[in-house]
Amino acid sequence: MKKYVLKRAAISVITVFVILFLLFMLLNLMPGSPFNNQEKLSPEQIQQMKEFYGLDKPVLQRFFIYLWNMLHGDFGVSYNIQVNMPISDMVFSRLGVTLAIGLQAGILGTLIGLMLGIVAALHRRTVWDSLTTVISVLGVSLPSFVFALLLSYFLGFKYRLFPLLYNSAMPLVSTVLPTIALSMFTIASVARYTRTEMISVMASDYMMLAESKGLPRTKLIVSHVLRNTMISVITVLVPLLVNLMTGSLVVEKAFSVPGLGSLYITAIQSNDYNVVLAISFIYSVMFIAAMLLVDILYGIIDPRIRLAKE
Amino acid sequence: MSERKQILKIRDLSVSFHTANGLVRAVRGLNMDVYKGETVAIVGESGSGKSVTVKEVMGIHTPNEVIEGGSIAFTYDSGSGEKTVDLLTISPHFMQNQLKGKHIAMVFQDPMTSLDPTMTIGKQLMEGMMLHLHLSRKEAAGRAVELLQMVGISDPEKRLKNYPHQLSGGMRQRVVIAIALSCDPDLLICDEPTTALDVTIQARILQLIMDLQKKFNISVIFITHNLGVVAKVADYVNVMYAGKIIETGRTEDVFFDPRHPYTWGLLSSMPDLSGNKEDRLYTIQGNPPNLLNEIKGDAFAPRNPYALEIDFEEEPPMFKINSHHQAATWLLDPRSPKVEMPDQLRRRIEIMKREDASNGGN
Repeated sequence: MKKYVLKRAAISVITVFVILFLLFMLLNLMPGSPFNNQEKLSPEQIQQMKEFYGLDKPVLQRFFIYLWNMLHGDFGVSYNIQVNMPISDMVFSRLGVTLAIGLQAGILGTLIGLMLGIVAALHRRTVWDSLTTVISVLGVSLPSFVFALLLSYFLGFKYRLFPLLYNSAMPLVSTVLPTIALSMFTIASVARYTRTEMISVMASDYMMLAESKGLPRTKLIVSHVLRNTMISVITVLVPLLVNLMTGSLVVEKAFSVPGLGSLYITAIQSNDYNVVLAISFIYSVMFIAAMLLVDILYGIIDPRIRLAKE
Repeated sequence: MSERKQILKIRDLSVSFHTANGLVRAVRGLNMDVYKGETVAIVGESGSGKSVTVKEVMGIHTPNEVIEGGSIAFTYDSGSGEKTVDLLTISPHFMQNQLKGKHIAMVFQDPMTSLDPTMTIGKQLMEGMMLHLHLSRKEAAGRAVELLQMVGISDPEKRLKNYPHQLSGGMRQRVVIAIALSCDPDLLICDEPTTALDVTIQARILQLIMDLQKKFNISVIFITHNLGVVAKVADYVNVMYAGKIIETGRTEDVFFDPRHPYTWGLLSSMPDLSGNKEDRLYTIQGNPPNLLNEIKGDAFAPRNPYALEIDFEEEPPMFKINSHHQAATWLLDPRSPKVEMPDQLRRRIEIMKREDASNGGN
């Protein structure tokens, strides 16, 4: 198990750097430079600024300089969004709220999804089952901005239960609507998957044997069904986490949340290399960390993986 | 066999299934008896209703199933004296909590899929014992080790901590058998327990089941489509066709003096090493009837080369040949013409008898 975790962790670190390298190269290929929009600059001045920021050096050399600085905690400065502001100040101040909404939505979505799925599987062909099916179909097929709009219209505008827009003075209350909007897809997918998986586990041969031991139903479900169901559900959680990240771009816009998503879009449009790199780096690290976590969880839950190569 | 104690008595069991095409009548009026310490085999081809019958005994129901009638009287020692219940009318709760695992246990067909992949062998073994025998974890673990030893698994302490995927198919089936026997059941149901195993392992698992049955004096219902297995393990044989038992008797009755043309067919189509190598292996022509349709007369009649006219008109009753041998064929009616079994089969039976005698009747 130790070896398994170490191996996964090593692979994850390598992956992050590969992503960073590819991204660096791709940014370099993007048309224009960070200073294109400033029309009043003469070619000499642009050249001067490039030299100042070190952008005149060959791309590979730049990459290693960037890597070296980054490993020392220096992500560079912004070129044009907020000139010369250190990236760490700019990005990390916005990270908190994005992370908060993402985590809340992830946890809420997984928990509610699991509950719905389990209830539906246990009460198959009842009202609960149909209700879950309706929720899952809606949640999967409607994009998150539709939920964002519906939520802000009904709960924000009509009944005034929650603020329409993000307000940093009351961070918890004002993230309620974005969290719900973002979690809908997770709820739907987790519920649907849990239901299907649990039904197939309950119909499996090993459940027939477990039942033939005369165990009471609650024990059967807790000690045999849920564990086997979780193994498969965990595998779909990773793609869902990706969805939380991409979804956050839209949802942040709808509720004017000052998170990473909106900054990311602006930065790409204005060639602000360091900002794009830093945010991409954060997204990659979060995503890969999530994958690593899932791999480890998988190992804990499934003995076939835990004991694979010992 | 001085005083036989009946523990299972199935009468007129009829079970159907709702399907997209209509009602399938899988079991049509089945009678069967099981006595203490004896092994009863149910033989028949796929779809003849063998598994459905034992699943009713085991209380494994599916949503689309309809029990049309009959009774399954099961007699067991409830701790406070002997008790007889009808397995078809007791509550599912009573079945699950009082009988399953404790008094009736089952060994399933495919050992590769019948153990929970995420739980250790030990835990799966101990679960039932802790519940039914009220053992502590430690006592249960001790007994689990004994059980594994008993079913022939070496290094049992270590195996307790193993997961199913670390064991071979034969080993897993031994574990399944250990689980089934863990709470001293009165009745053990074996649903084709060796079908999924390779031949060398088959014989050993069969021997194991037989040994344990003698040791604990359990009654066993053995389902199989393999006549070789039947000859080896069973005291009594029930031949099943299209949801009915068409011939029943002691193993030697059915093997040495078969009366139903279907049993003749089954025995003739058994491959053996002693026959003439030029002969083609006999097969029963045609297919079993579609149980969606109403069956008129003897279900086997369309495939029966010896069928009489009445076979297509009226269902044959069970004719008694002697106190322990019965068959449902009109050929046994005193009014019907005398039909003998095919010569080839007769020769084969002679050989079997001789082999049996040289093996000391074993």
